[in-house]
Amino acid sequence: MKNLRTKVLSAVLAVSVLGASAVAFTGCGKKDTTNDSKVTLTNVSYDPTRELYESYNKIFAKHWKEETGQDVEVTQSHGGSGKQALEVANGLEADVVTLALEYDVNAIRDAGLIEDGWVNEFDNDSSPYTSTIVFLVRKGNPKNIKDWDDVAKDGVGVITPNPKTSGGARWNYLAAWAYADKKYNGDEAKIEDFIKKLYQNVLVLDSGARGATTSFVENGQGDVLLAWENEAYLSIKDNPDEYEIVTPSVSILAQPSVAVVDEVVDQRGTRKVATEYLSYLYSDEAQRIAGDNYYRPYNKEILKEYSDVFDLNINLVTINDFGGWDEAQKKHFADGGIFDKIYEKK
Amino acid sequence: MYEETKRSKVVKYILIGIALLFVFVMLVLPLVTVICEAFKSGAEVFWQAVSDDYTVKAIVLTVEATLFAVLFNTVFGIFAAWSITKFRFKGKKLLTTLIDLPVTVSPIIAGLIFVLTFGRQSPIYPLLSELGIKVIFAVPGIILATVFVTFPFISRELIPVLESEGTDEEEAAALMGAKGTTIFRKITFPHIKWAFLYGVVLCAARAMGEFGAVSVISGHLRGKTNTLPLHVEILFNEFKYVPAFAVSSILVLMAIAILIIRSVVEYKGKKDA
Amino acid sequence: MMVQAKKSKKAKRVIPGFGLSLGVTITLLSLVVLIPLAALVIYTAQMSPSEFWEAITRERVLASYKVSFITAFIASLINAVMGVILAWVLVRYKFPGKRILDGMIELPFALPTAVAGIALTSLTADTGLIGGFFAKFGISIAYTRVGITVALVFVGIPFVTRAVQPVLEKLDPVYEEAAGVMGAGRFRIFRKIILPEILPSVLTGFGLAFGRCLGEYGSVVFIAGNKPFETEITPLIIMSELQEYDYKSATAIALVMLAASFLILFLVNMVQHRNAKILKGGR
Repeated sequence: MKNLRTKVLSAVLAVSVLGASAVAFTGCGKKDTTNDSKVTLTNVSYDPTRELYESYNKIFAKHWKEETGQDVEVTQSHGGSGKQALEVANGLEADVVTLALEYDVNAIRDAGLIEDGWVNEFDNDSSPYTSTIVFLVRKGNPKNIKDWDDVAKDGVGVITPNPKTSGGARWNYLAAWAYADKKYNGDEAKIEDFIKKLYQNVLVLDSGARGATTSFVENGQGDVLLAWENEAYLSIKDNPDEYEIVTPSVSILAQPSVAVVDEVVDQRGTRKVATEYLSYLYSDEAQRIAGDNYYRPYNKEILKEYSDVFDLNINLVTINDFGGWDEAQKKHFADGGIFDKIYEKK
Repeated sequence: MYEETKRSKVVKYILIGIALLFVFVMLVLPLVTVICEAFKSGAEVFWQAVSDDYTVKAIVLTVEATLFAVLFNTVFGIFAAWSITKFRFKGKKLLTTLIDLPVTVSPIIAGLIFVLTFGRQSPIYPLLSELGIKVIFAVPGIILATVFVTFPFISRELIPVLESEGTDEEEAAALMGAKGTTIFRKITFPHIKWAFLYGVVLCAARAMGEFGAVSVISGHLRGKTNTLPLHVEILFNEFKYVPAFAVSSILVLMAIAILIIRSVVEYKGKKDA
Repeated sequence: MMVQAKKSKKAKRVIPGFGLSLGVTITLLSLVVLIPLAALVIYTAQMSPSEFWEAITRERVLASYKVSFITAFIASLINAVMGVILAWVLVRYKFPGKRILDGMIELPFALPTAVAGIALTSLTADTGLIGGFFAKFGISIAYTRVGITVALVFVGIPFVTRAVQPVLEKLDPVYEEAAGVMGAGRFRIFRKIILPEILPSVLTGFGLAFGRCLGEYGSVVFIAGNKPFETEITPLIIMSELQEYDYKSATAIALVMLAASFLILFLVNMVQHRNAKILKGGR
């Protein structure tokens, strides 16, 4: 019996050593070492910025080469904003994050990877470009949807992602809230009723913004899609004769946030290039790329160049009207918050 | 008697009909949809999507992870099947249950447990980062997740066969003084050959297609930690539907290739025997 | 009988390699499965029992268990019936295209679940080929529980078929023929002779498919509509807890699901074990 036990043990040991060395072997050599001629950056972003950063990475590489003579290669990662933030907090090695909302960057800060005060590191609360929430309706607007009231009407099918799983969808929800807030003069019971009615019209509550667009565009669900302005324009660009954009009377200024991930850049020695990567987003050239991708440039002069694209007269509230993200999150989206109440059992 | 055969023929055709209809609706139609969408904009777009740099990198990574999973699970499967079927010991039922567990664990949970084990909030993270070992959001994590979801596939195919064979032949050989490896090679392996092949095919197919667990653990770094299924997701999220389906069709073709190889090997082997 | 019992008891370690094989098995199992799963348990252990209880019994979570459980059960049931028919057809009949049919059974494994979900959704949406047909009768498939079930059936096809097939292959048709000659009806033959033989493997396949369906995420999120209380599945709840950085609730619910799959598997293995004993004893 004793003999058997030693055998089992030695087998256990042998395999553990083998396994550990295998992991160590595959693990090593993956780490990027920065040499002088080339530097790599990882930009962890959210879903709708793919096209934007594809163009931007090219001009930034050119800019950086001119400035320093160094080649820079940017690896992109895209996904739902909340999920991306979570992965960075869990150890996904991102030099910079360019996410959908401040709240997600704060989550990385809370994990200890980003220093406090990141919001003030770049202009405009670290949002080089902004967007807003609009309605995408089918051509000719058969349900005659003009404003938020029409979205909450009986018989209108609404497509929007779930605010609990999608950062972008929180902007949708808050935009509707802002409208009702104006309409009912801050009477919370009435606002809640309005929001509840609106969400009762939701046919498909996708987990992410892109999934919602697919449900609306590809699978023909619903009459109106609550979408980011840039997403809506992209859908129109792809299918010009099938959809229209309706801008509501009140919407929200969606401010996607960018930040340098301090812990990672210090470890990899990439702080300089990472900071320049984000601050160059504010250059005229980059602002125009944002505009071309249907994001509203931060730079007022350049925004004016796109006045034929964007409705510049829209009445926009900001997240500060909700007391900031931490407040809004707690009140509306946390477990047991108002959004959960909407879906309470009937 | 005559009537009996006539009736049994009717039953035969009804059953074949049901089987074919089911497979057609549930399997063929979705696959045809994938292929049709892939070629919707013509062969050129298809080819572009398939030969794209990122796609090629994703194929390489997928093949890597699949090979590793098959290899690992082969070693595990043979040892596990041997110990479970050839010996009696306490806790055998618990052991087999634990081996099967990964099949029924939600892929989300499968990814989550590795994040919890190797992620930044894990107690061993400081040690790992000291050593410069990256597990999650890197290739080792993807391989680990793939191994996890396919863990029991080979042992599961081997165990029932070995169980029904019993231990008599091996015991006889052992009593005559044969070594363990010899017994395995000469007596056990011929019995489990086909089951083993089935297991490898299942394991490879599942490893290629794994999405959920890998998606939680990969970090979606383009060209670095993107497997084919994740690349499909990315393309899909870029509204590039046609390329997305084109890349999916590579997976379908890879699976069909594996299944054809299996049939050929099986056919030849059974003919020889 | 007695001799055999005596022999197997005495000779139980005649065959070499017990220590080595069990050692390797347990080590690999620990590394890949047990240690990571333990991390889940440890993480959940940080919660107080009342916190844990609250996290796993919120109304929306309860509703999602129900949705997951019902759809997975129905899908596995369909797969059990269709799996037996498929296995039967593949083993007993000859017809053109049989080899192709046989080869296709594993395809659902290889197709990434997300692709399957997207393809099935476009087929079964009201604008799709199948969905359009049913829409005429006022039945929607995609974005309902029916849609979830369809996706789960797709995911679970190989389990029962592949479990039953080898058993049927080994089953000697002689008994059936004998029974047929003696005048037993077809249904009776099936019930009395074939079913008892294949039942354990059907149950195994059913159990595996059921467990797999309970946890399925990739294909379901596309087809489900994901409406709370109606078409929201438990893995999606875990996902949304994660997105809210609520690791504790996520791991708590994950633990419940893990316990459920463990239980299902344990039952399946009990059945299988008993079956193996019966088979051996009969020889």
